[in-house]
Amino acid sequence: MKKKTIPLAITFLTGVIIVVTFFIPHPPFGRLQEDALVWYSVIFGFTMLLGVDSLVRFHATKLRRREKGSWFSTIFFLGLLLSFVTGLISELRFGDAFKVQSSFMYFYNYVLIPLQSTMFALLAFFIASASYRAFRARNLEATLLLITAVIVMLGRVPAGYMLWHKLPPITSWILNVLQLGPMRGIMIGIALGTVAMSLRLILGIERTYLS
Amino acid sequence: MMVLLLLSMSFEAMDTPNDGGQSITIIGRDIPTDVKKILVFRRTEKDTVYKQVGFFSLLSMKYTDNDSIKDGEKYFYRLGVVFPESTFYYNITKPAVSTAQWFNRTRAAVLMYLILFSALVLLFIQLAKRNPEGLFIRKIPALDAIDEAIGRSTELGKPTFFVHGLMGITDAGTLAAITLLRRVAKKIAEYDTPLLVTNFDPIVMTASQETVKQAYTEAGRPDAYNEKNIIYLTYEQFGYTAGVDGLMAREKPGAIFLQGYFFAESLILAETGHAVGAIQIAGTTATVQLPFFVAACDYVLIGEELLAASSYIGREPVMLGSVKGSDWGKAVLIFIIGAYVTLGTIAGILMSTGRHTLMHIFEKLVSVF
Amino acid sequence: MSIWERLGKIDRRIIFLIIGIVVLIPIIFGLKMSVQISPAVQSAYNAINDLKPGSAVMISIDYDAASMPELQPMLIAILRHCFDKNLKVILIDFWPLGLPIGTQGLEQVAKEYKKKYGIDYVNLGYRPGDIAVMLRMGLEIRNVFYGDISGTPLDSLPMMDNIHNYDDIAVVVGLEAGSMGDYWVQYVNARFKQKLILGVTAVMAANAYPYVQSGQIEGLIGGLKGAAEYERLVHHPGFAHVGMASQSWAHVAIVIFIILGNIGFFVERRKGKRL
Repeated sequence: MKKKTIPLAITFLTGVIIVVTFFIPHPPFGRLQEDALVWYSVIFGFTMLLGVDSLVRFHATKLRRREKGSWFSTIFFLGLLLSFVTGLISELRFGDAFKVQSSFMYFYNYVLIPLQSTMFALLAFFIASASYRAFRARNLEATLLLITAVIVMLGRVPAGYMLWHKLPPITSWILNVLQLGPMRGIMIGIALGTVAMSLRLILGIERTYLS
Repeated sequence: MMVLLLLSMSFEAMDTPNDGGQSITIIGRDIPTDVKKILVFRRTEKDTVYKQVGFFSLLSMKYTDNDSIKDGEKYFYRLGVVFPESTFYYNITKPAVSTAQWFNRTRAAVLMYLILFSALVLLFIQLAKRNPEGLFIRKIPALDAIDEAIGRSTELGKPTFFVHGLMGITDAGTLAAITLLRRVAKKIAEYDTPLLVTNFDPIVMTASQETVKQAYTEAGRPDAYNEKNIIYLTYEQFGYTAGVDGLMAREKPGAIFLQGYFFAESLILAETGHAVGAIQIAGTTATVQLPFFVAACDYVLIGEELLAASSYIGREPVMLGSVKGSDWGKAVLIFIIGAYVTLGTIAGILMSTGRHTLMHIFEKLVSVF
Repeated sequence: MSIWERLGKIDRRIIFLIIGIVVLIPIIFGLKMSVQISPAVQSAYNAINDLKPGSAVMISIDYDAASMPELQPMLIAILRHCFDKNLKVILIDFWPLGLPIGTQGLEQVAKEYKKKYGIDYVNLGYRPGDIAVMLRMGLEIRNVFYGDISGTPLDSLPMMDNIHNYDDIAVVVGLEAGSMGDYWVQYVNARFKQKLILGVTAVMAANAYPYVQSGQIEGLIGGLKGAAEYERLVHHPGFAHVGMASQSWAHVAIVIFIILGNIGFFVERRKGKRL
């Protein structure tokens, strides 16, 4: 009983205080929200250590047991060591790890950026295969989706204007008028759903996160 | 001409409204456009000499003084208006006194709606306690499909993946995903299927570990729980995506749950999951990623459906009551929006015929927000 | 299986190959395509163009290498516009991995226009805390950014003499690959009435249009096309224009695949009905 009571009490108190600070600017309430956000950032910094610990243990176990695919774990340790060591050396040598001539920036420019860009570039291929598979005129709604998708895809690029000069204005109308209402509706719904969920959490009705 | 310009110009110093005190705002009106800068000087009642405290903003036409201001003390201001050829000094005769406000009036409408919304939620929770059978919640196919997905994975002898989104524990979608994870983990424990949970955030990882452990214990299989199956991959978006994709390609899961807040990686994850032949159930509050999940996944929880998941699955009257209450809160909001739009439209039409009364009333009603 | 039915079952690897080819060819041959200016981008351009010389513009780098192809051209075009108009530029960053990219872009354009650090532009660097930082800058920027990226106190930078909070900043430009754009609107525009311009990835543009329509942001630059439009407005076509040719061809290729897929689908459905 006590195991859950104290966390629930903390949740209730902090939740109510943060809601109250939104309406009451008078000290000590006014600055509490900002201070709480700063505390969260500090706590989050420490939890990064938890994450690194979990990763290191996971991969070390894989290596020790020589499990299938354990050579990926070798690459993990190599990457971890490389970024830590180059960052440290660059910071000591140049005073700032992000100096253009540092080894850390070399690692950043010639390893990290290409890797991130490659992963993002996969989207172009996947979107083509997903569109090809998903946009079939199976029924009325699917046909409307298909037509709208084709209009917007062509209207958003210069080729659309070359095909038909009215395509970009129609696309603009779809983006600024047709989809705006439903988008707003979904956003309002999600916001209200978040309020309802927060209310359940603050009042202790929703407790699954406590386990 | 210069005298006319100076006479038209005016400044007023006042307590900064709706704040926590220790702040005074100076507002300027009709400031000529050729003013180069305006210096702000200040003294207290006891001081005899003005001291410069800052520069008046010609952009926002105001200056906010929170440099060592004490509440309750009178402050006198003088402004040095610098023109290209000369400088003129303007004394604000009336002193300003800073005070802290107990209520931010600009948020009155938010408070009213919050009270109304909370009242509706609490009302329906009470109604639900009295008459649990009387509450109707429509079917959510994606949540009904959870058992089917896990069953399929078990039959194929493949693991089930639960992929968390990219936000932290403070995000409502992430909390809802953890609730869903408990349900999925409990079912998986009963079926004795391997479960792998990937995490982007270390705090979410610890919460997931506790949730899964509890779920296995509830299912009577605490021995089957393996902490190493709930892993933190990385805090980098595409590093996480690459890690999850790699796991999918190697482990070839039978069912994949993509739950939480996703960004650009949503389609990469969903397409990879489709390529390995898994049944996919996605759920996100990220509106822009919904089309990708709809295109690539078998079932999708759209926005609030994810947030209502815990209520729908648990079927506890109290939880269902809160969902009904929030639905009614939304209905009230829809009514208010509809009423304002109708009134505004009629007022606009009448205004075009020269009748302004309704528009004045409408503008007053709008100023409430 | 007839050739028409096969159209509905094209191997995804063929799709990947075709997409790869249509994207690469314009880049290899340096083909460019001109764009039409959309109202949202024109509004963004006007919001900066109407500023008086000497006004301060804060640019927030909220993206990293993954979104660099879409957002870096926007940054370069906006910086060119700002330096053309002799506006003061303040660079801040909320994504730690985006800071080097933003810094590189700023230094590149500043060198082009022979602008001086500390007088024409400053780089305040990265701070963790997102919303807390945004709120604290509303009172005093020095509360959060004590010094610039190199640690130099802000008070010793001539440009920052009269810049203390949002009252002294004409417009904030957020270049967004994540959810920071919503925070700028919800906290900075709502509480401090700060003028905002958002530059977002194409996927997120749909989410940001409500903000344009409601007037919460002055303008919106969406995706690579938005970047190309801004490049055209500042008369300096760059990478975004080259990217437009690739994007155009890729979109046309996807539409062709969709049409072929539907042909195959209808043929198969008709065959199924006959059976």
